[in-house]
Amino acid sequence: MRWIRKNLVVVAGLLTLAYMILPNLVVMAFSFNKPNGRFNYSWQQFSLDAWKDPCGVADMCQSLSLSLRLAAWATLGAVALGTAIAFALVRYRFRARGSINSLIFLPMAMPEVVMAASLLTLFLNMGIELGFWTVLIAHITFCLSFVVTAVKARVMSMDPRLEEAARDLYAGPAQTFLRVTLPIAAPGIAAGGLLAFALSFDDFIITNFNAGPSTVTFPMFVWGSAQRGTPVQINVIGTAMFVLAVLVVMAGQIITNRRKKTATA
Amino acid sequence: MTDKTAHTGKNTGGGDVRLTGISKAYGSFTAVHPLDLTVPQGSFFALLGASGCGKTTTLRMIAGLEDPSTGTVFLGDTDVTDLPPYKRPVNTVFQSYALFPHMDISENIAFGLRRRGIKSVKKQVDEMLELVQLGDKARHKPHQLSGGQQQRVAVARALINHPQVLLLDEPLGALDLKLRRQMQLELKRIQTEVGITFVHVTHDQEEAMTMADQVAVMNGGRVEQLGAPADLYENPRTTFVANFLGTSNLIEAEVLEAGSDVLVTAGGGKLRVPGDRCTPAVRAGGRLLVGVRPEKISLTHADDAGAIADGRNRVTGRIADSSFIGVSTQYVVNSPAGAELQVYEQNIERDARLVPGAEVVLHWNPAHTFGLDADQDIDAGVESVEDAG
Repeated sequence: MRWIRKNLVVVAGLLTLAYMILPNLVVMAFSFNKPNGRFNYSWQQFSLDAWKDPCGVADMCQSLSLSLRLAAWATLGAVALGTAIAFALVRYRFRARGSINSLIFLPMAMPEVVMAASLLTLFLNMGIELGFWTVLIAHITFCLSFVVTAVKARVMSMDPRLEEAARDLYAGPAQTFLRVTLPIAAPGIAAGGLLAFALSFDDFIITNFNAGPSTVTFPMFVWGSAQRGTPVQINVIGTAMFVLAVLVVMAGQIITNRRKKTATA
Repeated sequence: MTDKTAHTGKNTGGGDVRLTGISKAYGSFTAVHPLDLTVPQGSFFALLGASGCGKTTTLRMIAGLEDPSTGTVFLGDTDVTDLPPYKRPVNTVFQSYALFPHMDISENIAFGLRRRGIKSVKKQVDEMLELVQLGDKARHKPHQLSGGQQQRVAVARALINHPQVLLLDEPLGALDLKLRRQMQLELKRIQTEVGITFVHVTHDQEEAMTMADQVAVMNGGRVEQLGAPADLYENPRTTFVANFLGTSNLIEAEVLEAGSDVLVTAGGGKLRVPGDRCTPAVRAGGRLLVGVRPEKISLTHADDAGAIADGRNRVTGRIADSSFIGVSTQYVVNSPAGAELQVYEQNIERDARLVPGAEVVLHWNPAHTFGLDADQDIDAGVESVEDAG
């Protein structure tokens, strides 16, 4: 009884963690499966076949590379535009600033399917051919709000005296921005960029509406193949992405810990 | 190369800071009324005033961080009014220090030199670290230093550029009292060592008086009085200066005789004021505020009143309160001439009869009396509770 009272928080924490991690572990385990038939839904036997030939499924690696390219460009576009908007919203007082401030959140709050449909209507009415560019524009649109939110928080907490100090110390406007403003805003920009990349990479609904017949992203490929059969390679890609993400987070942790250690030394 | 750059921006004589007719208005609010001010080269100059008096705005106009609404800023013979801050040979120590959080201490200090394209900065940075006694902290980040150390880095970061003028915006405001006293001496030492003009903004009158050669007392966007600390303290020309710098007893009086020795009457008694220490023109029948500092007054029990030497100004009263401070005792005395007169007595030979309720005579040398224009607010510049500290 006493043991439970003492460790309840830890137990609850571990259960929650398991709840979150378990799906990933299943994906991982089934990447080593050798399914009997087209569907990878029941465990048969251990095999490294899929890992040895990750692109063995027709069109899958093309869709993966398309998704990565899309995510990269969408991140770049959203970060560039979003950072500029965030600075404008924090630093300048202009007409319609308030309404822009709330409109920026609209893509976040709106149901994705509504936004997908309205974007499609827009593209069709303008006579734009659906394909890579329409998907990219759509992705930048919904990534923008997240970048603005992340960067804005950072810029708002920034001491304006820092830039004054830079100007006072012989840095012109460009130097001040590059040497002081940008490095200090960088964590916010990076956070916004990571969010944008992840959101763009796994978006399905908006992409599905606005993609042309030849633009098949990775989520669309997974969805499509699920109708006919699920190749093990999907689990391989999934596992690789998960492990990569975990490694990045761990590297970040190690770096901050080391910095803290030198700080106290 | 290093030797030459070390002298870049160093003044070549005639390096006074001159403000002529400078003012700053934000919409309908005037932060600084047109003012003329000359800061002599190489001096330690303090702008003193309560918050919102325009002292920081004045400083920021010298730095170029604020555009004046009217007037010009001269550094030496150069008009720098339209120059952006990064083109002025002036550097600032900010109130919050504004150290760059993403750079270590030596990068912070080297920032100004680097921006001017100077490549070999190590020697100068090391010298600066030595000057502010932070040689072992070169590779630390600002947040790893204490407030006092950050403050010294901010000074070093500005001084390394050998500015013509160093501007200090309440640099000691965030430090605790003991550290503040220590840093005051430190800053004064550095200023004497490098010989650069310092313009120091502060709301702490003690700080201004300890450090500065010249103090400009500001109030409501105007300079009330300018002078050496002792001069301001002994000869305040307005009630604001009299009350803001230290404490003054101001007594409303009526003038009986004008002349080189002004005779006035207050609360039934007669007082003398040297004519040359009266700010307004004095005429018989007019009104005058008679001022005297608390430490100039001696306190004698009423029973011993006969022993007081002739020729001294006297006021009778009753002790309302006394507080023992260690080196001195501070009395509050109510008298017909004025309520709540402050008297500071050294604790040399304490008279046990001087307790609240005792009848006493306040007396002082008439030479220590000053006269102020009676049309002013008698309480101007008195520190209220929320301003204190």
